[in-house]
Amino acid sequence: MKISVIITLKKDVLDPQGKVIHQTLDGMGFQDINEVRQGKYFEIDTKETDNDKAKAKVEEMCKKLLANLVIENYKIIDPK
Amino acid sequence: MKSSVITFPGSNCDRDIDVALKKFGFKNKMVWHTDAELPKSDLVVLPGGFSYGDYLRCGSMASKSKIMQSVINFANSGGMVMGICNGFQILVETGLVPGVLLRNKYLEFICKNVFVKVNDKKNKYFKNVDNEVLEFHIAHNEGNYFCTNDQLKEIEDNNQIAINYCDENGKIEDQFNPNGSLKNIAGIFNKEKNVLGMMPHPERMIDKSLSGEDGSLFFKNLINNLK
Repeated sequence: MKISVIITLKKDVLDPQGKVIHQTLDGMGFQDINEVRQGKYFEIDTKETDNDKAKAKVEEMCKKLLANLVIENYKIIDPK
Repeated sequence: MKSSVITFPGSNCDRDIDVALKKFGFKNKMVWHTDAELPKSDLVVLPGGFSYGDYLRCGSMASKSKIMQSVINFANSGGMVMGICNGFQILVETGLVPGVLLRNKYLEFICKNVFVKVNDKKNKYFKNVDNEVLEFHIAHNEGNYFCTNDQLKEIEDNNQIAINYCDENGKIEDQFNPNGSLKNIAGIFNKEKNVLGMMPHPERMIDKSLSGEDGSLFFKNLINNLK
């Protein structure tokens, strides 16, 4: 089963890369952007077949390694 | 005095700190990251570098390596643990010191000498250090110290800020902040002050003819404090 995780920076954390991407897009003519925030995307292929168990394991992975909860939030996307 | 330096894949300041520690009298051992046991040590150093290629977040992989459980236990039982640069990033990822190190504010790798002011001397790292202001070297891409407001309050209440970026006279102002760190923080302690994480490299300032000697002041003082 494949489970996806999206990690984003928390609201108050400065995202200089997002800012530069915003400026560049602006310069390219995409001028109606309010803000760009850059994040990370993970695809985890697990042997677990039980949906809830797999999600619980991935949640543990997020807390222990994939995200740093001081600055980041994680979102687990339901496996299809 | 016995010290141990942990080498991770991608560490590149491990031999520099080895030279520095030995120069000032430590009997130093190099410890590979897959080892489970720490040798008997009075000081453990996590060196600078780019452990695991800075994958995921700087220091995140190294913080989960086998030896780190022993380092964490050693720190929690009062042992002296110092993380320099990538070592600081590893320390924040273990949670031994609060906060995180974000990408530098202006997205550039900074490699230059800086001045830092010693904020607290009631600890074994800086007690009796001759100078309030020390010239060290920094070389990093992710040294922008950040923590939550609650953490900052706790850090300030407990006097956990070790050193701040400043000018040569010790003035702590925004213009002397190289990387955007909160409150010009260059190094912090854990609550008990036996764990120190800092971005600057004292081991690069131990030779008059090559650099400066403020690192010598730091190490001479450190070994005296540990005796």
